[in-house]
Amino acid sequence: MTNAWTDIKNTDLVVVMGGNAAEAHPCGFKWVTEAKAHRGARLIVVDPRYTRTASVADFYAPIRQGSDIAFLMGVIRWCMENDKVQWEYTKAFTNAAYIVKEGFGYQDGLFTGYDPEKRDYDRTSWDYEIDEDGYAVTDPTLQHPRCVWNLLKQHVDVYTPEMVERICGTPKEKFLKVAQMIGECSSPTKTMTSMYALGWTQHSHGAQNIRGMAMLQLILGNIGVRGGGMNALRGHSNIQGLTDLGLMSHLLTGYLNMPTEKETDFETYMKSRQFKPLRPGQTSYWQNYRKFMVSFQKAMWGDAATAGNDWAYDYIPKLDVPSYDVLRMFELMNDGRVNGYICQGFNPVLAFPNRGKIVAGLSKLKFLVTMDPLETETARFWENHGEFNDVDTKSIQTEVIQLPTTCFAEEEGSLTNSGRWLQWHWAAGTPPGEAQHDTWIMAQIFLRMRELYRKEGGAFPDPILNLSWEYHDPTEPEPEELAKEINGRALRDLTDPNDPSKVLVPAGKQVVNFSQLRDDGSTMSGCWIYSGCFNEAGNNMARRDNHDPDETGAYLGWTFAWPLNRRTLYNRASCDTQGRPWDPSRKLLEWDGAKWTGYDVPDIAPNAKPEEVGPFIMNQEGVSRLFARGMMRDGPFPAHMEPFESPVPNVFNPKMRGNPVARIFQNDVAQFGTSEEFPYAATSYRLTEHFHYWTKHNRVNAALQPEFFVELSEELAAEKGITPGGWVRVWSKRGSVKAKAVVTKRIRPLHCDGRVVHVIGIPLHWGFVGAAKKGFGPNSLSPFVGEANIETPGYKAFLVNIEPSTAPAGVVA
Amino acid sequence: MAGTSLAAMGFGEAEAAVAAHVRPMKLANTTETRNTCPYCSVACGVIIYAKGDVRKGERADIVHIEGDADHPTNLGTLCPKGAALKDFVHAPTRLQYPMVRRPGSDKFERVSWDAALDRIARLMKDDRDANFLASNQEGTAVNRWTTTGMLAASATTNETAWCTFKVAKALGIVGFDNQARV
Ligand code: SF4
Repeated sequence: MTNAWTDIKNTDLVVVMGGNAAEAHPCGFKWVTEAKAHRGARLIVVDPRYTRTASVADFYAPIRQGSDIAFLMGVIRWCMENDKVQWEYTKAFTNAAYIVKEGFGYQDGLFTGYDPEKRDYDRTSWDYEIDEDGYAVTDPTLQHPRCVWNLLKQHVDVYTPEMVERICGTPKEKFLKVAQMIGECSSPTKTMTSMYALGWTQHSHGAQNIRGMAMLQLILGNIGVRGGGMNALRGHSNIQGLTDLGLMSHLLTGYLNMPTEKETDFETYMKSRQFKPLRPGQTSYWQNYRKFMVSFQKAMWGDAATAGNDWAYDYIPKLDVPSYDVLRMFELMNDGRVNGYICQGFNPVLAFPNRGKIVAGLSKLKFLVTMDPLETETARFWENHGEFNDVDTKSIQTEVIQLPTTCFAEEEGSLTNSGRWLQWHWAAGTPPGEAQHDTWIMAQIFLRMRELYRKEGGAFPDPILNLSWEYHDPTEPEPEELAKEINGRALRDLTDPNDPSKVLVPAGKQVVNFSQLRDDGSTMSGCWIYSGCFNEAGNNMARRDNHDPDETGAYLGWTFAWPLNRRTLYNRASCDTQGRPWDPSRKLLEWDGAKWTGYDVPDIAPNAKPEEVGPFIMNQEGVSRLFARGMMRDGPFPAHMEPFESPVPNVFNPKMRGNPVARIFQNDVAQFGTSEEFPYAATSYRLTEHFHYWTKHNRVNAALQPEFFVELSEELAAEKGITPGGWVRVWSKRGSVKAKAVVTKRIRPLHCDGRVVHVIGIPLHWGFVGAAKKGFGPNSLSPFVGEANIETPGYKAFLVNIEPSTAPAGVVA
Repeated sequence: MAGTSLAAMGFGEAEAAVAAHVRPMKLANTTETRNTCPYCSVACGVIIYAKGDVRKGERADIVHIEGDADHPTNLGTLCPKGAALKDFVHAPTRLQYPMVRRPGSDKFERVSWDAALDRIARLMKDDRDANFLASNQEGTAVNRWTTTGMLAASATTNETAWCTFKVAKALGIVGFDNQARV
């Protein structure tokens, strides 16, 4: 989230699209209710289903799942056409005026540079015209035909209300009503917030869904302001933290990148990461990349990382593919090219798409280690549960080691919520049996392997033998020790560059925040963006001052928010070019003639003059990007793409299937179904009583929503002879499930491009272990294809068939 | 007050009889601990009540979990998941001991932590030594290990995550992801 949960009370309009906050984030949704009750805010829901959020909305519009880009481009078109643009903001704070190189274009659903063989774009034409000084050329009058604004206007022109209706199935009047309500927020004193979740991410074009809304928010001037922003509601309690800390194949900590094997040494790696400003005087904060990277290497390998050995650059693995993401790993497993797998608090048998392929992959492993407080289907994938897990136990040769871990109530540490607050918690209970902390287990595995490498030698032991492991008790690093390492400290006295006699941070002391990190090996920091969380002032994540001066919702004294305890990202953009708040009643910051002051930590240098330095300091431009240059694999503007399994062809290019640059493994192509065989559009979601597969183990939650069901419209039920509460079979090209039918008015047939599209809703929760009744999950059916930029599997739009059926064997109907 | 005025009117014995039947407050003599709900990333504040104090090294049994009214996000409220957290902590399917399922077997067998961890270290080292790729065809150091992968848990703490990150990346594991991928 750019903003915080508590900030939502400041909004005038909430748009929930790609999520269902009332259902999935109930206590956060309370802030929407606050905004409605106290500010008269309104709520719009755009969703294929009439959801719990829709039931309290001021306006609901249906949409076919997977068609959000067309809808959002339609709204942008409508705003441009009707002058619903926050002009000063758009001109000053976005790249609307930047001139794009000659040669860039878009036709038949594709941008310039497409290579169908490689399923990839040559992105060289997707960039600015650069002048002789290395700066981007701009036209502040927005007259130039190739300035971003005019290219955008051209790009969205096709998304008329009629076209939106044709693609999305949203009736024209409903679309227009939404566009009008949104358009009102182009006023500098009216703000809209976007609340979205996996309904936008889990598509092969997920990132472009989100970009579409971000662009709309920018032209309305709603980023960086109170009650505005792009608010990814996020899933698990620390999904934000694990992303920030880079527990991903392609990442290091703090959004530093894993090197590729083309980056053969540290200087080559750094060469493409200079981040020279693209406009005069801009901050381009990533210019400090080297400081963060060297400090990270020092945190990992201490004294073994030196200037002489490129800061131990060789110790980090180098990628030969963009990522060894989960889909690639299970593909490799099925190919017999993976031997071992460790699942820490993760249940891929229910979480990853095409369950048949997941179980087949696990069956080919030599060993599987699971670490979890609870039983999981993954730890027991080899166990036969009749129709619910029909495997041949004897033939599965995988050795499975299941390790019991503690749960939240028995451990101490911080979790990062979706508003980027790092909140510390304390242990309250004794763990059951012999359950152990994950930190203990990881330390044990590491220490035992290090001992084996010391004794026996083996493949490249250096990064293991030299891994920094300076803990009071090496067998169990304490949470506070780890947090201090994440924050970082001085390894030598840090002196003032202007006055070397002055020591700013003595050796061994914590740095105050990342502004003190250096690239000469004199500092270490595990994760630069978290620096400031645990400095010499103490554990800032444990702070509990819940005062909120003038009730802005900022709560600066409550725990710690990254970066630098800042609560609203890009908050400099809450003021005009002179540094005056757009809306004085919702002031966040203001320029007092010498510095920025206000309710939040400024997202800009405190003395950066408003007319000179742009608010988007992480970007080389200093402004935000309506045109993403070559930074996304699938286009600098969002363009309508259908799901790989779609009930209708792409209207712009009927031959194009899914996202034209999404990676597809050859083995999976044969497992995509067509709309002839599988006529119905399925989607998946969670219920408020459940949290993924964990609450299956909780009697209360298992009883609240006891049985696996699917939802369908009365019209489809009538057509197929399905009775409410009766058993149905739902199947895709990849699998088949049996469920009780919930026949409901909440789902209505959509009319898209002259066809009737029936939607089938499939909730997730059920499996074959725990206190709940046995059941299935949507992942038995969903396709094995990822988002083109980040490889998030798509669960929100795929094709199925349905028929009346009987109970699974052994189940009392 | 009511009791006192009743006593003044000569009902003292009745008061004592009532008092003898009143169950002692469930939360009396419990230790309160601040925590947050582990489910969704709204991260509501909770207060956990336990008999015993783990921080004093005592055995502590969790008897109640409720919303933290001082927490700015949830102001004490919890949804049906947070409100039922105690039954997650005490779920009958909480794991207690390390277990191993041998190839082809149809059951888990209990093993000691030492046996489990030694076995894991052995399996991992053998696989790493056999399949670690030190350099590619061009002779560039690539130092990656692709034949063992790991999924990290996005409900663990940042501190656990950093500890896990260090071990996994130092071993050269590239097939390393967490729920954020999904
Ligand atoms: S109580 Fe509900 S809304 Fe609050 S963090 Fe837990 S799951 Fe999320």
